[in-house]
Amino acid sequence: MPFRWRNSHLFWPLAALGGLLLINLLLKPEFFAIRYQNGHLYGSLIDILNFGSPLAIVAVGMTLVIATRGIDLSVGSLVAISGAMACLTISRGADQQSLHLVLGAVLLALAVSVALGLWNGLLVAGAGIQPIIATLILMVAGRGIAQLITSGQIITVTSKPYHFIGAGWLFTLPFSVYLAALVFLFAAWMTRRTSLGMFIEAIGCNPAASRLAGIRSRSILLAVYMFCALCAGIAGLITSSNVSSADGNNAGLWIELDAILAVVIGGTSLAGGRFSLAGTLVGALLIQTLTTTIYMLGVPPEITLVVKAFVVLAVCLIQSPSFRRAIAARGVPRKPVASRQEVSRHG
Amino acid sequence: MNVRKILPIVLLAACLIVTACGGGNQPSSGGGGGGSDSNGPSTQSTESGGGSSSGAGKKIVLGFSQVGAESGWRTANTESIKEAAAAAGIELKFSDAQQKQENQIKAIRSFIQQKVDVIAFSPVVESGWETVLREAKEAGIPVILTDRAIDSDDESLYVTFIGSDFVEEGRRAGRWLLEQFKDATEPVNIVELQGTTGSAPAIDRKAGFEEVIRENPNLRIIASQTGDFTRAKGKEVMQSFLQAHKDIDVLYAHNDDMGLGAIQAIEAAGLVPGKDIIIITVDAIRDGMQAAAEGKINFIVECNPLLGPQLMEAVIAVVEGREVPKRIVTEEGAFTSEEAKAALPYRKY
Repeated sequence: MPFRWRNSHLFWPLAALGGLLLINLLLKPEFFAIRYQNGHLYGSLIDILNFGSPLAIVAVGMTLVIATRGIDLSVGSLVAISGAMACLTISRGADQQSLHLVLGAVLLALAVSVALGLWNGLLVAGAGIQPIIATLILMVAGRGIAQLITSGQIITVTSKPYHFIGAGWLFTLPFSVYLAALVFLFAAWMTRRTSLGMFIEAIGCNPAASRLAGIRSRSILLAVYMFCALCAGIAGLITSSNVSSADGNNAGLWIELDAILAVVIGGTSLAGGRFSLAGTLVGALLIQTLTTTIYMLGVPPEITLVVKAFVVLAVCLIQSPSFRRAIAARGVPRKPVASRQEVSRHG
Repeated sequence: MNVRKILPIVLLAACLIVTACGGGNQPSSGGGGGGSDSNGPSTQSTESGGGSSSGAGKKIVLGFSQVGAESGWRTANTESIKEAAAAAGIELKFSDAQQKQENQIKAIRSFIQQKVDVIAFSPVVESGWETVLREAKEAGIPVILTDRAIDSDDESLYVTFIGSDFVEEGRRAGRWLLEQFKDATEPVNIVELQGTTGSAPAIDRKAGFEEVIRENPNLRIIASQTGDFTRAKGKEVMQSFLQAHKDIDVLYAHNDDMGLGAIQAIEAAGLVPGKDIIIITVDAIRDGMQAAAEGKINFIVECNPLLGPQLMEAVIAVVEGREVPKRIVTEEGAFTSEEAKAALPYRKY
């Protein structure tokens, strides 16, 4: 049987991304202009990579959590906490330009993130609370913690080494892109080159059976939530260092929803089990491209959200096999396959 | 297994207790705040040691619902209100809405339940306040709007509106620009970073600015997009503007923070903020004034957040039954780069 490229889970997300780029090509050709300036590349596509990298990193962590049939709503708050923690430490330091201080601040921020991820993991795996509720606690409380850290102020830092994380350049590309690539490759390697990926899928597919098969689901759940929090922490560092300031109130606001959207667009099922990291990456790029496209085309802010919702709806519909079949048949849509599965799961 | 069974019950019980306290806490409005500490989780009660200033020896209780802490401006505003309340001997119940209207409505309802003497709040958005304000009116609690107005035909829903005239701020920004480019013969391309869509300052600062620059047909706004009043969004949107338009002459940002984010985007594009692109912002917070003193912002229109004393005056007047004007405008100025440099050491926020 020949390779069915249309059956690849990456086909539809990539098609949607291509469609979006095509619209830009037709309406705003300067979208694709990239020039070389001050020793680095400069253009809309580069901006998409730069501003999209926090979302991509958070979404990679989210993918693994969702694959275990969980969800992590607290990532937005963790983004704020991590940025606030780093900026506070740096602003208290004697010499903001000192590399040691920045490294210390970064490590502290990431350690706090991982500790909070452990808290999420303990609530989910230890206390057996539903993931959506367990992480909701930190989603709400985390904003408060971030505001406590910043005492409600926006902390501005002048540290050059810190600014490099989110706005620096390495080999003509934004440094944050390398961070995103590193996180992605690490997650891909861990899940595809070791048996961890299979364990995660097993827990997502059938927790009871995987436990009976001898998988230590608790430790794996803990590790997954900690990794997701670490991703959020890294994203928080990028977000805050990009503007050299920590904003406890707005940093990472609603990024959890964008991340979940990126995961879903990428073809990972919210019901757990199979997941696709590459799909998530495409999903995150799609969301950021959409945002940038809206700015470039000059869509009035009043209807921005409607335009976004419409595109997301279209992308989700086109990925639904039963919707495509209904369109292809042009007749009365048959009873969707998905709903039947839903019923059996409840039964 | 036990933990798994008990935990939801404990959480549920905790929720019920909190709700019950919120509801059953009615007679404590002026009672020295003894039982009033068990109000909603996001409400904190600050009490000053000072004596009371109202007639009957009873301390006035003011419920205040703040928008959030989205900018340095807002923080200065919050501080001013807290300090002024303490100085005037008014008990302040302060609630942070974290930029959500639903939180503010919840806070106002909780103030009504607690029977505070006066409710004051800065509305997150302009519309959708009729129901909850009617509830306050029926409970006989006067409402004062601060800093942002609401969009309602029924003016009896609030006693007075204390705050800046955002339309005038927009006009001021426009007038300065008009003066700078009065001899312009070529089109001047302006990009605008709007505040949160639907908020009063965003709508009014846009309207006032457009009204004035209309006088000179050479001044035209080529792009206008929301930056949500934050640095991160301001930078992201400005970066896109710079990609989409090669010939931007002027940036008008509805607050300093978006302007500061945009400055970083302009610098990243290899341009000089304040020279290659003229920058006008509104607010005059410390970081903004600093940038103005460095010549990166050419003109800042002040939006004075220190309205605490004026608010407390109005609160006392309302409680004592005196007449207050329907509109109280805060005093504010504007700064060019040179003026900002001179004023910077004396700024309070």
